[in-house]
Amino acid sequence: MSMEMEMNKLEATAAQQAAGDVAIGANIDKIYYGDFLAVRDAAVDIEKGKITGFIGPSGCGKSTVLRSLNRMNDLIPIFRLEGHVHFLGQDVYGKNVDPVVVRRHIGMVFQQPNPFSMSIFENVAFGLRLNGFKGDISGRVEKALRRAALWNEVKDKLKQNGLSLSGGQQQRLCIARAIATEPTVLLMDEPCSALDPIATRQIEELMLQLKKDYTVAIVTHNMQQAIRVADKTAFFSVDMTQGGRTGFLVEVGDTKQVFENPKENLTKEYLSGEFS
Amino acid sequence: MSTTEQTTMNPEVVALGDPDLSFSFGERRTLMNFLQTVTLWILAGIAAIPLISVLWMLISRGGLRISTAIFTELPPAPFEQGGGIGNAIVGTLVMVAIASLISIPIGILGGLYTGLLNPDSRISALIRFVGKVLTGFPSILSGVFVYAWLVIVMKTYSAIAGGVSLSILMLPTVLLTAEQAFRMVPQRMKDAAYGMGCNSTQVATKIVLPTALPGVMTGVMLAVAGASGESAPLLFTALFSNYWIGSFTEPTASLSILIYNFSAMPYENQIELAWTASLVLVLIVLVFNILSRSFGTRRV
Repeated sequence: MSMEMEMNKLEATAAQQAAGDVAIGANIDKIYYGDFLAVRDAAVDIEKGKITGFIGPSGCGKSTVLRSLNRMNDLIPIFRLEGHVHFLGQDVYGKNVDPVVVRRHIGMVFQQPNPFSMSIFENVAFGLRLNGFKGDISGRVEKALRRAALWNEVKDKLKQNGLSLSGGQQQRLCIARAIATEPTVLLMDEPCSALDPIATRQIEELMLQLKKDYTVAIVTHNMQQAIRVADKTAFFSVDMTQGGRTGFLVEVGDTKQVFENPKENLTKEYLSGEFS
Repeated sequence: MSTTEQTTMNPEVVALGDPDLSFSFGERRTLMNFLQTVTLWILAGIAAIPLISVLWMLISRGGLRISTAIFTELPPAPFEQGGGIGNAIVGTLVMVAIASLISIPIGILGGLYTGLLNPDSRISALIRFVGKVLTGFPSILSGVFVYAWLVIVMKTYSAIAGGVSLSILMLPTVLLTAEQAFRMVPQRMKDAAYGMGCNSTQVATKIVLPTALPGVMTGVMLAVAGASGESAPLLFTALFSNYWIGSFTEPTASLSILIYNFSAMPYENQIELAWTASLVLVLIVLVFNILSRSFGTRRV
């Protein structure tokens, strides 16, 4: 990518953020794990009130990019990022930024449902207590569970262990836990890959509901899912030419455009391969 | 598809005839299965014989003297009748408590370091290695060690010295089981905690410790049960006393040393008390073992 294009992109991002419709503006030049270049040239904006889908083949770095947005990758000691990730105007990789605080504003739902080994209620109340929330905790818990479309199933057994729920219920519990603290952005890393089709459907409907209040970025293996839920789609691919497996962003745009009229040949090939 | 159709298509299947599904001892496989099951039952029975006979002996000989006096009275002098082992029960409990106060915090914190904070570091490898070596450490040497470093320095046998030497034996059990329990906490649960905005300390105290608690408690109870029955480490450290414990810095009675002393005496009363003390000791160990199992089976 040329310097000029780079500058243009940066300016575009800055302008959009100033306009107030971008929640996270990622301008990632390179992500390394040790000496291994995992991702290069990934510039993607997560727009407010929309669902942005990350798609692409295995190993294309879509999860790595997603986890870079709330600094979850910092937990891997050999991780190194070159570039910037702007969250509401602030660089989350800035010098004085505490990754712990970043994660409180950018919530995350993981591939495997991972409720804590505590009651359903305490799972949802966890983030509130963590943040020292002094208000009506049970009210907030109920609200989060309702929004996660789980309230009717668990309202009579809030004291049961969260791990006693089924896989799909556990994942909705994790979503309730993530949204109870009202994070600005919700990151979802293949949230349905461990679920059956019915539970997947429920989570997808839930995402469309959540869109009204939250900004969502979702990684998915499932093309149909991206078409069903995402407003914008970012397509990633793998570059094997330099000996390694380096992921990079191919194109990003409105979902309809990316799927029906992709700009890049790589996208076209991947989509036709998937559907044939 | 009907059967006649199948016959024409694949005559070999029909040549086998209708299968006989009934159970029969005539078959070699069934017979071997039966014989092996019986053999294993017999072997399991043989393995249980020593345990049951020891328990039977303890109950039949030690049970005779079980009464409130056993728990409330001091050991008798020679030729005196009656008496109890109250001071030895209290002494054992006090010293195990001292040992627990030392070994449980150190063991759990050490387990947190090796199991959670820095599992792959050289220091963790060293701690793990030392822990495993200490597991097989001869218990009498623990007593000798504390004798040299504490009893000689304090110029007296004491409950503290006894507790310290027991803690050396408890530490590896607590540490290694705590480490295992912390490692059993799934990574995805820790990820979830970090994702919610926990720092490392909060992940440890809010998620890892509570989730691993049943496993940690199992190790603690096993260590306590093991320490309650130890006698060798107390020989050089707590010695024995015929009186109630008055301070932590004086010689202290314990059940195991009482058994050791009284069983060698030529008096019938003392020998009976030694049997009763054995029964009480086994019951204490049993209680802690049952507690450890009840913690272990709790759902994580």
